[in-house]
Amino acid sequence: MSTRRGLLRGYKSDGHFCEWFGRRGHAQPHTELVRERLGRLNPEELQQRARDSERELYNLGITFTVYSQSNVIDRILPFDVIPRLLSAADWATIESGARQRVRAINLFLHDIYHDGKILKDGVMPRELVMGNANYQTAMEGFDLPHGTYVHICGTDLIRDEKGKFLVLEDNGRTPSGVSYVVENRHLMLRAFPDLVEGLPIAPVSDYGWRLHNALAEVAPSGASDPHIVLLSPGVFNSAYFEHVFLAREMGVPLVEGRDLFVENDRVFMRTTRGPVRVDVIYRRIDDAFLDPETLNPKSLLGVPGLMRAYRRGYVTLANAVGTGVADDKAAYAYMPRIIRYYLDEDPILDNVETHVCREAEGLAYTLDHLEDLVVKPVGESGGYGITVGPLASKKQIAQCRAALKKDPSNYISQPMINLSVCPTLIGNAIEARRVDLRPFAVTGRDTWVLPGGLTRVALPKGSIVVNSSQGGGSKDTWVLQ
Amino acid sequence: MGRYMERAENLARIIDVNESFARDSREEENWLPILRLHAEEEAFLAERKTATAGEVVHFYTLDRTSPNAIRSCLDRSRDNARSMRHLLSTEVWRQLNVFHEWFCSLTRRDIRLGNLSAICLRVKEGCQLHTGIFDGTMIRDQVWYFYGLGKALERANQTSRLIDIKSHLLDPPGDSEAAVDVAQWNALLRSAAGYHAFRRIHPSGMTPRQVVDFFLTDRSFPRSIAFSLHEVDTLLWGLQRNGGLGRVRDIRQAINPVLEQVSLPATRGGIEHRLNAHIDRLQISLDDLAERIATTFFR
Repeated sequence: MSTRRGLLRGYKSDGHFCEWFGRRGHAQPHTELVRERLGRLNPEELQQRARDSERELYNLGITFTVYSQSNVIDRILPFDVIPRLLSAADWATIESGARQRVRAINLFLHDIYHDGKILKDGVMPRELVMGNANYQTAMEGFDLPHGTYVHICGTDLIRDEKGKFLVLEDNGRTPSGVSYVVENRHLMLRAFPDLVEGLPIAPVSDYGWRLHNALAEVAPSGASDPHIVLLSPGVFNSAYFEHVFLAREMGVPLVEGRDLFVENDRVFMRTTRGPVRVDVIYRRIDDAFLDPETLNPKSLLGVPGLMRAYRRGYVTLANAVGTGVADDKAAYAYMPRIIRYYLDEDPILDNVETHVCREAEGLAYTLDHLEDLVVKPVGESGGYGITVGPLASKKQIAQCRAALKKDPSNYISQPMINLSVCPTLIGNAIEARRVDLRPFAVTGRDTWVLPGGLTRVALPKGSIVVNSSQGGGSKDTWVLQ
Repeated sequence: MGRYMERAENLARIIDVNESFARDSREEENWLPILRLHAEEEAFLAERKTATAGEVVHFYTLDRTSPNAIRSCLDRSRDNARSMRHLLSTEVWRQLNVFHEWFCSLTRRDIRLGNLSAICLRVKEGCQLHTGIFDGTMIRDQVWYFYGLGKALERANQTSRLIDIKSHLLDPPGDSEAAVDVAQWNALLRSAAGYHAFRRIHPSGMTPRQVVDFFLTDRSFPRSIAFSLHEVDTLLWGLQRNGGLGRVRDIRQAINPVLEQVSLPATRGGIEHRLNAHIDRLQISLDDLAERIATTFFR
């Protein structure tokens, strides 16, 4: 086989769909040049460059911070130097699919906070929306610029055995990870000039500029040169690096709640030159902490009176308040129906088949097939609380069964999807590891999707959980145009 | 941040000079001045019997619990940088991050006397590299001005302390033993990187009076108090002009009397025997100035 030379000679994708070699080891044509170039590197050199790249992540402080009792530890998200490659055709599907989904989500959110047609028409159970902890009554009857609720959307995609892209989850609150996309690319361009030379890789470095433009488009009417700020919970937040990164890439001030105040329902930033009016806030703090006056009185992170200013239309929040009702794991199950209802189109990207345990039918099916299903709590994120049936012990299955019976509406279940794999540097060999993909869609008046997105990789052998809290790392993602 | 980097650089220089130039058999006495410089003699000796070279060096380099150790300065500098990282250029951040990590990796073995000078040199160069990158990559906004203010005030402060610990050698005037102790004044000049600068201005001879005046009033030496205070004034003027900060005016008025204190040679006109008191007043004025700047802009 001429497709697996040099470093790639011993590579096996173990029957999974491979991002480089396709379904049955038939190499994907778009990966040919990269395969050939990578195959020529020797393992020692590849390892050395990988080590240098990880070192550079520490040097640049591209880290998340872990606080223990006496120490502040900066950790990096492990970085794998072998890129994930996407063909132009695959990217076209992802891009149009992500756009479609964002459009539907925004129409859905507008509807449920106004007339609630989808509920009246019985397409979606009323209690799933009104009974959702993320539903915000403060948003009822309130119009947003261009009807955009989810300005930044991260759609988690996986690929099944046939290579088909499926949506695993929508992240419409404050999706994170985009800083790694841009920084991983910078790292690759520096560490592998010989690999990238002359390749038509879609650029990602204009993300900050695009985001800034989109946020300017949704500024309150009348703000001609809108003043945008990024609101962060502060230096102790584990994603603080990303907040710094985004503020810097957009060229806007990074602020904390105490830097802002509300007067006459207008938001101002404190500066050494006196107050400066704020038009748009890209907030990286949760709904509950935004405004101690109306949401969570104990919050020290927010800005008293912010919701008043927001409701009066004097400031735009991105993402909007109350979007959690659309990216909830239970709402997810209805997303294909939501897309058809508002757009009269078939979903371009399908959901993973999902059983909603709050429905008797879904619960019965889940309990009958526990050994074959992945059971997820609705309210958790970050891979916590998941039971993977095919990999679980008898005891774990029994615990899961008990939890399901006790509080069925807290769970959904899905068949176990054999995530696609991608060549990954493990020690000095290249092995297959599972990957997912989170593209980022930015919406002001229209939607733009950052080409590629964050590829997360499950580094432990055989693992299908890509979350960083469970041993996940990241890769650069190349859209080859 | 500027303030702590400046302090770290000065500390490295003082330790280095002390180690290289002021050695004789009386080990303890040689290291006491560094403790006096920071008014920490009592605190240090409360926990230890004597000020051995190894202990004092550790106390001012690696000891995280010692507020004036290089380690503490670099920790605070990096903490400050972390909280204002969005305002710093990536290159400033990267260098500080790498520098800080290198210093944190040092052990007692690395700071043994035989290796100390090399470590001090790297610390000085790390701080100077930081200064250079800062100057070469930061936009001239308020961050840059306030950074410069912190740095200049710290320099003035450090230099005043240096004179302070040696001023007893001038007092009482005419003491013959002090007058001949050239090595002390030599070390003093070198610990403020001023030996060659001083020589350029006073090619022949070196009297204690000349050295003190050089540190207090020289307008061409970048680490003299007069130079640093004029730097403070220039930066405040820049803030007023570029930043539209009206509040700067009051502070600039407050700086004038301090500038007057260092405009005339301190060792002339009978001030000489009151040098200690003169330096004390100067230090109080410097602290007051720093406090005014802090209250005006950051409280």
